Amino acid sequence: MLKLIASRLLQMVLIMGVVSALLFFIFDSDKFKKQIAVAELGGFAVSALSDQDYQNWLERKGLNVPFYERYAKWVGGILTGDLGKSYQTNEPVATLVADRLKKTGILGFWVFALMIPLSLTFGIIAGMKEGSAQDRITSFISIVTTSLPEIATAVILMSIFALWLRWLPANSAMVGGWNWLALVLPVMTLVLYDFGYVARMTRASMAEVMTSQYIRTAILKGLPYKRVILRHALRNALIAPFTIIVLQMNWLLSGVVVVEFFFQYAGFGKLLLDAALFGDIYVIQAATLVAVFVAVLSQIISDVGYSFLNPRIRFS
Amino acid sequence: MSVSEQTPVLECRNLCISYFTRAGEIPAVVDFNLKLMPGEAHGIVGESGCGKSTVALAIMNYMGKNGGIVGGEILFEGRDMRTMSGEELRRIRGSKIAMVYQEPMASLNPSMKLGEQLAEVPIYHEGVSREQAIERSQKMLASVRLPDPQRIMNSYPHQISGGQQQRVVIAMALLSNPKLLLLDEPTTALDVTVEAGIVELIKEISAKFGTSLIYISHNLGLILETCSRLTVMYSGEAVESGDIGTVFTKMRHPYTRGLFSSIPVPGADKNMRPLRSIRGQLPLPFARPTGCYFGPRCDHFVAGRCDQGILPMLPVESGSSHFVRCVRFNEIDWSRATTRSDQHAPIETGAIVLNVSDMSKHYTIESGSAVLLGAKKTVKANERITFRAREAETIAIVGESGCGKSTFAKVLMGLEGATNGKVQLGDVDLANLPVQRRSENVISRLQMIFQNPFDTLNPSHSVGSQISRVIRKFGVERDPAKVEERVNQLLDIVKLPRDFAKRRPRQLSGGQKQRVGIARAFAGDPKIVIADEPVSALDVSVQAAVTGLLTDIQRENRTTLLFISHDLSVVRYLADRIIVMYLGKIMEKGTTEEIFSPPYHPYTEALLSAVPIADTSVKKRKIVLTGEIPSPSNPPPGCPFCTRCPYVMKGICDTQVPPQREMAPRHVIACHLDEATLRAMQPVITIEPREMEAELVAGGA
Repeated sequence: MLKLIASRLLQMVLIMGVVSALLFFIFDSDKFKKQIAVAELGGFAVSALSDQDYQNWLERKGLNVPFYERYAKWVGGILTGDLGKSYQTNEPVATLVADRLKKTGILGFWVFALMIPLSLTFGIIAGMKEGSAQDRITSFISIVTTSLPEIATAVILMSIFALWLRWLPANSAMVGGWNWLALVLPVMTLVLYDFGYVARMTRASMAEVMTSQYIRTAILKGLPYKRVILRHALRNALIAPFTIIVLQMNWLLSGVVVVEFFFQYAGFGKLLLDAALFGDIYVIQAATLVAVFVAVLSQIISDVGYSFLNPRIRFS
Repeated sequence: MSVSEQTPVLECRNLCISYFTRAGEIPAVVDFNLKLMPGEAHGIVGESGCGKSTVALAIMNYMGKNGGIVGGEILFEGRDMRTMSGEELRRIRGSKIAMVYQEPMASLNPSMKLGEQLAEVPIYHEGVSREQAIERSQKMLASVRLPDPQRIMNSYPHQISGGQQQRVVIAMALLSNPKLLLLDEPTTALDVTVEAGIVELIKEISAKFGTSLIYISHNLGLILETCSRLTVMYSGEAVESGDIGTVFTKMRHPYTRGLFSSIPVPGADKNMRPLRSIRGQLPLPFARPTGCYFGPRCDHFVAGRCDQGILPMLPVESGSSHFVRCVRFNEIDWSRATTRSDQHAPIETGAIVLNVSDMSKHYTIESGSAVLLGAKKTVKANERITFRAREAETIAIVGESGCGKSTFAKVLMGLEGATNGKVQLGDVDLANLPVQRRSENVISRLQMIFQNPFDTLNPSHSVGSQISRVIRKFGVERDPAKVEERVNQLLDIVKLPRDFAKRRPRQLSGGQKQRVGIARAFAGDPKIVIADEPVSALDVSVQAAVTGLLTDIQRENRTTLLFISHDLSVVRYLADRIIVMYLGKIMEKGTTEEIFSPPYHPYTEALLSAVPIADTSVKKRKIVLTGEIPSPSNPPPGCPFCTRCPYVMKGICDTQVPPQREMAPRHVIACHLDEATLRAMQPVITIEPREMEAELVAGGA
C-alpha cells in the first residue's frame, strides 16, 4: 500500500514537471507575449509601441530571458513557496489561488454534502428492486438530470428561482461580501447534474449485488430483509459508487467553469478561465499544479478506500 | 416419535412451477412428486436444464420475481408452504430448512467475516446473545472438521480454500439443527479428493443429527454414495423414482438407461465397449413434444402411443415405490442389452512424436502487499516433467487444481516458455519457442481443444468462417471451393449438419459448440491435439458423444491426444497411458491398467478411492484424505503429497525428494515407500459379478 502511494506521488511530481515545462514553452512564443501586452496595455497602445519600448516592457515583465531560465527560476520560487505574480492583477499567485480554491472548496463541499446522501439513497432504493416503480422513477429522473447540460440547468433554475420567484439572487459574484443565498443556485445546478450520474451507478451496483448468490444465501438463511439490505448488500454495493464519488473531486475542481462563469461566482474554475484568456502564465501554472495534485490525490483516496472496503484486495 | 414417523418432513404433490417471461409462461417443472421421511436422503438427478435446482429453490419458496408455483402443493411437516406469510417463511428458512449451494465462494458474503456470517443464524432465529452465537458457531466449525475454528471465524471467505468454504456453508446450514437440508450440487466446484471429504461429512451429519437430505446432483455416482432413494428428472419432469438399488439395477425408463450407458464406469472401454450417447438434444422448455418429452430421442418410441396426451407416473408393480413415466415400460425387453455401438480393434501406436524431458516451469511472483518491497517467491508450476508420446496414443494428464496440468499445456502451446528441460516435437525443441516464433508448420502440427466451448468461439463469426480460417492459415487448402469442401468434411466428421457452417456460435448448444471446437482443432491436420478438460463443461450424455468423436477422429487420423483432465472415470475410459500429477510433479505414470491396479502411489490410491462410481457392483476401499492441497507457492520440500499422505514417514517424506521407482517397464512411482510395501497394496476398486438383469426380471415376475 505504501509502495502504491509512493509510486503515485512520484508520478504526480513527474506529471507536474512535464506539464509545467510544456506550458512555459508554449507561452514563450512571441504571439502569447504580444497577447499579454495587448491585454495589459490595450491593442492600440501596443500597436503604437516602438520595438524598443516593447523590449523594455518585456524586460520589465521579465519576459525577455529564455524560457528555461524563467522556468528554473519559477521552480526555485515554488520550492521557497513563491508562485510568482499574476500579470493580470499583479497580486501574488499564491494568495489569489488560495482564495479562489477556498471558494470552490465551499461550493464543492455543499455539492458533495447534498449529492452523496441523495444519490446513494435513491440509487440503493432503486437497485433493491430492479424494475419496480421506485426504480423506474429514480432512473427516469437520473437520466433527465444527467442529460441536461449544466448550462441548461443553470438557465432553467435561474429563470425559475431568480427571475420569476425572486427568491434567490441571479448573480453570485458576491461583490457586497459573502452571501449564502447566492450559493444556492450554483450548488443546485451541480447537484442536479451529478446526482443522476452517481445515482445510476449506485443503482447498477446495488442491482448487481442483489442478484448475487450471497444475497440469496442471506435471504435463505432467514434473515430479516432489513438486515439483508443493511448488513449484507449495502457495503458491497457501495464499493463501486465510492470510487466514482471520489473521482468527482476532479470534475468539481475544473468542471465547474461553466457554472462559476454563468453565475459569476469567483471560484477556481473562473480563475482558470480568466487566466487562460489573458495568458496569465503564472496563474495557469499554479492552477495546473493544483489540478494535477487533486487528481492524483483523489486517485490515491479511491485506491486506498477501495482496498479498505474490499477485503479481497486488502488481504491478497 | 410415532407422529414424526408418520408425517413426512417434506411432501411435494403434483408440483408445477413456471417462469413468466415476455415469451409467455414457461413451465420449468411439471407434475413433481416427492415424499421425504425423517432421516431419509433423497437424490434428484438430471442433466442441466432439467429443473432440479428449480425444485430446491421452490421448496425454499425462492423463485425470483418471474417464477411461481402454478399448481400442486409443497407440504413441510404437513403444512402447505404456499399459504405461509413472508414472516413465517423467514422463520423456517435457515432454521428448519437450510441449503448448501454449488459455488461456496459465491454464496458467502465477500466483505463480511465468516464468524459474523455464522453467528447471525442463531442470533436471528433463536435470539441468543452474540457471545453464545459465536461460541456455538465455533463449535459447529469444529464439528465439520475445520482446523483452527478461531482463525476461520476471523477470516474473510477468500482467505480459505474452496473445500473449507463449503464446510463453512455446511456449518452455517446446520447451526440451527434443521429438519431438512437441501444440497444443490454441493461438491461440483470442488476437487475430487476434497469432494470425498465433504461427502463423508454429509453422510455423518445425516446419521448424527437425523437430518433429512435432498441431494441434487448431475453425478449418479455421488447419489449412489449418499442417498437411499432418487428421482431422475428430464426436461422438467420426474421420469423415474424409486430406491437407489432398484433404479440403478432395474431402471425402467429409457432415459435413465440412456444416462447409465453414457457414463464411463469400470468395464467400459473405448474400443470393445464404447459408451453410447443419447441422440438428439434436450427440447427447449417451450418446444417440448406432446406426450413423452423424451420421445424424439427414445429408441423405443412408438408413434401414436408415446406422443399422445399427458403421461402419468406409473408404479412398476402395483404397490411398489418404484415409479416410471413411460407408457411402454412393460413392453420393452429390458434384459436385452442395449444395441451395441461399433466395436473396434485397439489402435496400434506408432513412433514417438513428442518427447518431454525434465521440463520445468517456474514462475516468480512478488508477495506481500503491505510491505514496501515485496519478497520474490518461486512457484514451481511444473517440476522435471518427463514422458514420451507416440503416434495415435492417448496420454492423459490427471490431477487436481493447482497440479500444473494447465501450465504444461501452455508451455506446449508456446504461450509460456519452459524454465528448464526440453520439449521435443520431431526435431524442433518447443521448450523455449513462443508461439509467435513458431513456424506455421509447427503450429499446425500442435492444436488445442479448450475446456469451455462457450468462450472459445468468436461470437461474431460464423462457424464456417472460423473453421475455414484455420484451413487457409495453415495452407491445407487455398482454393475457396476446396476450403468449403474441407469445412463440410470436417462438419461431417464431428457429426454436425453442413448448414451449421452458416450459423453463429450463439445458435448452438454446448455440445455442438465443442464439436465446432474439435473441428477447428483438427482443421489443420494436427499430429498432436491437446484437449484441456474438453468434456468437463458438458452434460454426461453429451460427454459420451464428444469422447466417442475424439476416439473416432484419432483412429482415422492417427492423431496423438494429450488429454488433460481431473475426471478419472473419463480418463480410464479414454487413455492408453496416464500421468498423475500433484503440485507440479509427476507422482505416477504408466499404462491405464497399471495406474488403476496396485501397486499404487499413495496419491493415486486416494484419488481412485475418491472418484464416485455410478455402479452398484463396484466396491471401493475407502481412503479419505485430510487437509487441503498445499499452495503451489509453498510446497513441502520433500514429497509434495507428504502433508496428506496416510503412509507418511516423518523425517523422510517431508525432507527428501522421493526416488523414482520403476515398478514395471515405464511404470514409475515417485515414492519413499519400499517396493515390497507398494507391491503389497490391495486394489481400491473391485467389481463384483453383476447380477443379471434377465434373472432379476424372471425372479420378480
